[in-house]
Amino acid sequence: MAYVAVKGGERAISNAHALLAEERRGDRAVAEVSVAQIGQQLSLAVDRVMSEGSCYDAELAALAIKQARGDLTEAIFLLRAYRTTLPRFGFSLPIETADMAVRRRVSAAFKDIPGGQVLGPTFDYTHRLLDFRLAAEGGDVVPPAPEAEDVLPERLPNIESVFSHEGLLETDAPGTDDEAPFDLTREPMAFPAGRDQRLQALARGDEGFLLALAYSSQRGWGSTHPLCGEIRLGEASVSFVPDELGFPIEIAEITLTECVMLSDFASADGQAPQYTRGYGLTFGHCERKAMSMAIVDRSLRAREAGEEINAPCRDEEFVLYHSDNVEASGFVQHLKLPHYVDFQADLQFLRRLRKDFLAAQAMSREQQSVQKVAAE
Amino acid sequence: MTLTNEPAVTMQADPPERYYNYAYLDEQTKRMIRRAILKALCIPGYQVPFGSREMPVPYGWGTGGIQLTASIIGPDDVFKCIDQGADDTTNAVSIRRFFATVADVATTENTTEATIIQSRHRIPEHPLTAGQVMIFQVPQPEPLRGLEPREMETRAMHAYEEYGLQYVSLYENISAFGRIAATAGYPVMIDERYLMSPSPIPKFDNPKMDNCPAILLFGAGREKRIYAVPPFTQVRSLDFEDYPFEIQTWDERCALCDAEGSYLDEVVLDDAGHRMFVCSDSHFCGERRAQGHAGVMAGHTLDQIDTEGLEGKAE
Repeated sequence: MAYVAVKGGERAISNAHALLAEERRGDRAVAEVSVAQIGQQLSLAVDRVMSEGSCYDAELAALAIKQARGDLTEAIFLLRAYRTTLPRFGFSLPIETADMAVRRRVSAAFKDIPGGQVLGPTFDYTHRLLDFRLAAEGGDVVPPAPEAEDVLPERLPNIESVFSHEGLLETDAPGTDDEAPFDLTREPMAFPAGRDQRLQALARGDEGFLLALAYSSQRGWGSTHPLCGEIRLGEASVSFVPDELGFPIEIAEITLTECVMLSDFASADGQAPQYTRGYGLTFGHCERKAMSMAIVDRSLRAREAGEEINAPCRDEEFVLYHSDNVEASGFVQHLKLPHYVDFQADLQFLRRLRKDFLAAQAMSREQQSVQKVAAE
Repeated sequence: MTLTNEPAVTMQADPPERYYNYAYLDEQTKRMIRRAILKALCIPGYQVPFGSREMPVPYGWGTGGIQLTASIIGPDDVFKCIDQGADDTTNAVSIRRFFATVADVATTENTTEATIIQSRHRIPEHPLTAGQVMIFQVPQPEPLRGLEPREMETRAMHAYEEYGLQYVSLYENISAFGRIAATAGYPVMIDERYLMSPSPIPKFDNPKMDNCPAILLFGAGREKRIYAVPPFTQVRSLDFEDYPFEIQTWDERCALCDAEGSYLDEVVLDDAGHRMFVCSDSHFCGERRAQGHAGVMAGHTLDQIDTEGLEGKAE
């Protein structure tokens, strides 16, 4: 009986969990996938989970992917729910992406830029043909990639520096050290949103959602005419100033993808016109996300740029309230929970409306026949 | 960090919940939430923004209610959790089990025994008493959200006590349907100041909030808002002089316990249109049956199912 399924109680829940565990493992005749294998061979999935899970820990992200059976949104949720229990002991110094040990760096704005174009590990220019050699047992034999004769310069100047001597690109006023950054994991969203809150929400935001918004902007729903100034992938160091020491110490080296989009010109009060920018930054290698983020970041500066709020990607309440996939996934899927109390209330109302309607209909039919008789 | 030296992820026989702080949340977070609760109690019906945390259950499944409970629960509490009025619905079982594990707390299905009652979509039939805390899980704390999607606008509307839009919407109902159409989540005015969403409880339960001796706390985790109705506060359901507020009534009585005037669920028995009506409040219904009340379908299989949730209780 249907009712039993809804009111299953304790036993049904634990049995369902046991079944889930069995499904997760799959056919026991097939070797179990290890967390290390996921970390090494599904590294882009790991990067996405770390990015949107706002927790830089590749091992935990790989574990979450294994536990979630490859459902990345579920894995992100697992990682977030773990992260939230960790104490926050402070915030790092701003990362200097200009000092990044670059593995990939491309600019679409110039044929060549100081330091050169570096393709690095990219799907770009591959032909998307299924490689059946990978399906064959033991067929995944990869010869080492050739090494360049010249090593990359230790420091590749970023796109801002190319423009700086002419003032063609807007620059940010340096932040003050005593200003604590907004922390979305500790404070609720507030509007109008500052830049820190916006970028944080976008960095945690769902890749698919941001991709669609960026795409809608390109198709004219709030276009910002973006041009890819620079994308860079590499390792940057994170420094932290412990209160006890009072000077910065390096606590980690993390992989980052950064994207700067050049957008529509604007002239700030009494200043010469210059390019505006959108900014994207993610943990790991998440290029599609970083580019989408940069476009949406610029779109959301519509008010500041004096642009009309006439498209979804320019509306900060619309974008920032709906970009988090942990929130969205939970709320959409909560519709699976029983709603029969509300449904009963609705049903009762609908039945009453129908009763009134049918009664009124019967009444008017009766009146019509009375009039007909009277006319005869 | 690595997988080998952190207790939270090492392989141990204990359930993972045991590696977290008492009642799951860290003490700093509890303190932050308690401050928000105090502010909410001081400004009845006002939505207090708070730093809602990610919880180990999905948003929309009670994260706001769970954070409220986690912030106020102690080892001496007796915890009751219901969903759709019933203690044995799957999500209620899951949340009750969570607190039984992380807070070592006694659980009950008995409304009068409970010190904390967490609920989704219902207020128990048994009147609440002084000393009890009723915690509501709230999907959308903003009563005006359906009329105005922007938070900046709705906050201004509350600040200016500008609720004309809400009354116009009720008026539009009357012109379209001949009566006010809101059936669950029916808007209420708290102490004649703040318009408040009672969460999606049926309007049948609205009168239970008025002048209630218990503390009523509302938590919306995803929307990051807490609000409250302190004991003995006026809670008025919106209406018009010529279209007064009314609650749901049924022609039927409960088929199991013969109760009249309790909120009834409709159970579809077959595809030939047969139905039975039973109390939505499973404990209320069970207690009446224990007292010897019997409805027209007493002894039906549903009679037994209600006791299944009693297994695995902490007490």
